[in-house]
Amino acid sequence: MSTLDTAGGASAATTRSEYASGDLGGKSAGREIKNQIARIVVWGCFLIACVPLVWILGSALVKGGHMLLSPDWWSHSQAGITARRVGGGAVHAIQGSLIQALVTALISVPIGVMTAVYLVEYGRGKLARAVSFMVDILTGVPSIVAALFVYAVWVTTFGFQRVAFAVCLALMLLMVPTIVRSTEEMLKLVPNELREASYALGVPKWKTIFKIVLPTAFSGIVTGILLGLARVMGETAPLLILGPYTKNIATNLFSGNMATLPTMIDRDRTEALQPAIDRVWGAALTLILIILILNLLGRLVAHFSKVRN
Amino acid sequence: MAKRIDVKDLDIYYGKFKAVEGVTMTVEPRSVTAFIGPSGCGKSTVLRTLNRMHEVIPGGHVDGKVLLDDQDLYAPNMDPVAVRRMIGMVFQRPNPFPTMSIRDNVAAGLKLNGMKNKKQLDEVVEKSLKGANLWNEVKDRLDKPGAGLSGGQQQRLCIARAIAVSPQVLLMDEPCSALDPISTLAIEDLIHELKDKYTVVIVTHNMQQAARVADNTAFFNLAATGKPGKLVEMNTTQKMFNNPDEKATEDYISGRFG
Ligand SMILES: Nc1ncnc2c1ncn2[C@@H]1O[C@H](COP(=O)(O)OP(=O)(O)OP(=O)(O)O)[C@@H](O)[C@H]1O
Ligand SMILES: [Mg+2]
Repeated sequence: MSTLDTAGGASAATTRSEYASGDLGGKSAGREIKNQIARIVVWGCFLIACVPLVWILGSALVKGGHMLLSPDWWSHSQAGITARRVGGGAVHAIQGSLIQALVTALISVPIGVMTAVYLVEYGRGKLARAVSFMVDILTGVPSIVAALFVYAVWVTTFGFQRVAFAVCLALMLLMVPTIVRSTEEMLKLVPNELREASYALGVPKWKTIFKIVLPTAFSGIVTGILLGLARVMGETAPLLILGPYTKNIATNLFSGNMATLPTMIDRDRTEALQPAIDRVWGAALTLILIILILNLLGRLVAHFSKVRN
Repeated sequence: MAKRIDVKDLDIYYGKFKAVEGVTMTVEPRSVTAFIGPSGCGKSTVLRTLNRMHEVIPGGHVDGKVLLDDQDLYAPNMDPVAVRRMIGMVFQRPNPFPTMSIRDNVAAGLKLNGMKNKKQLDEVVEKSLKGANLWNEVKDRLDKPGAGLSGGQQQRLCIARAIAVSPQVLLMDEPCSALDPISTLAIEDLIHELKDKYTVVIVTHNMQQAARVADNTAFFNLAATGKPGKLVEMNTTQKMFNNPDEKATEDYISGRFG
């Protein structure tokens, strides 16, 4: 950390002094100096932006890294383990997070992609504008509002229990608009000429969309979905409101509690005991890693499709 | 296979804007017809009404008749998709499907319309690529992406793709304008061969090209910007280039305007 801080300070100092000499410099030298200043400013900003990132990653690694090295972490739940005891793992939470993310994606992807197809390929006039406007609004809905909305419908109105599926519904509300927007962007990037080429072969519009347009945009759509999924996996408000924690492994979406990494962090965070604190950091690092992997997967898909084209 | 096109009193609109007015013409089967005229006079627009591609553009609609061997293409019960199956199109810029191999590009029209027989498809691919004078260049890499070919090869690939569905008419909108002279000659040779089997309509800005490939030539012009374009004269290419009926045609062809 300290090396980064001094680097930032040093660049700020150079920036000031070089700016002063830039005013006095000759014509071409002046340009050279301006370029140098811009370079230093950009690098300085970049380094400053990196500080919190490196800090968080570093802390999580230092304080939680050893948890992930234990095989138990990946094979055991917290069943029967009290806050003051060392041991157990995070399988219940990892599995819960993944299940909920997967179910959320299974619901959100068809809705999101089809909405985007409608908006780009068919949408004209009032209905399309209304849909687009509603997607905009949905994009701006804070996660806690989505969670409370689902709570109001699921628990208050229908009288159901707080279960994993309710969490998925709330996450869906957050994920659909991001998928719609990213898919829309990708569909718009598909050149109109390809659609026309397909029409000119006597291919109907819907088939053109499914066989030409969507495959052409496929990698971009997948990237958008993976990035959206990565974002949704870190959401916590719906979990706190709709998905009570359990120390046991659970797979039932419709009854009982299901643990997730954020709720595991939230539970152990309240214990002032070292084993619990270690678990908090371990779970945090695990969550960061999963999200990182999803992000990398997204980038990889984008990269390889570019290579292929 | 080749069919004749009769256009009668065709007005073409983009929304409220009338882009082309009162076109009446006959495109003979097994011949090459060239559309020439200054930029913006509506050549592409007319061409695109011949296979109902014009309607793809929001607000695009027409008034009048287009007959394909006495079959009204704009009859209410006529499916535009069926029209496009009969009348193929090659675009100004080569546009192979980027996700598909060379083979799949050529077979796309048949595959997407439900043909599954692999052997039959392979035969059509070979025949179409030979028909587009591309077979020898690509026969060893049919499974490579179509986008990996040179511009001229891509354009011939698009022609192969268009003829693979055995259309009766082939429309080409400036098919050589993005190509080098060698590729252009290759395409022109190909057009010569295609007219044995198909009715070909080609839009071109290149007078020499029109003179080289076309049997008949139609000259479009527009009175002023913002006014609709019109068909000024249509005749055999011979006559159009040597002693056209209209002064405007002569001026345009001799390069005095446009
Ligand atoms: N998609 C469109 N929407 C609205 N107007 C259009 C559209 N496409 C063409 N036009 C108009 O229709 C008229 C004819 O255009 P068109 O493209 O047919 O000309 P062209 O003869 O093919 O020109 P060029 O030689 O430059 O290709 C022009 O006034 C043009 O502005
Ligand atoms: Mg044009």
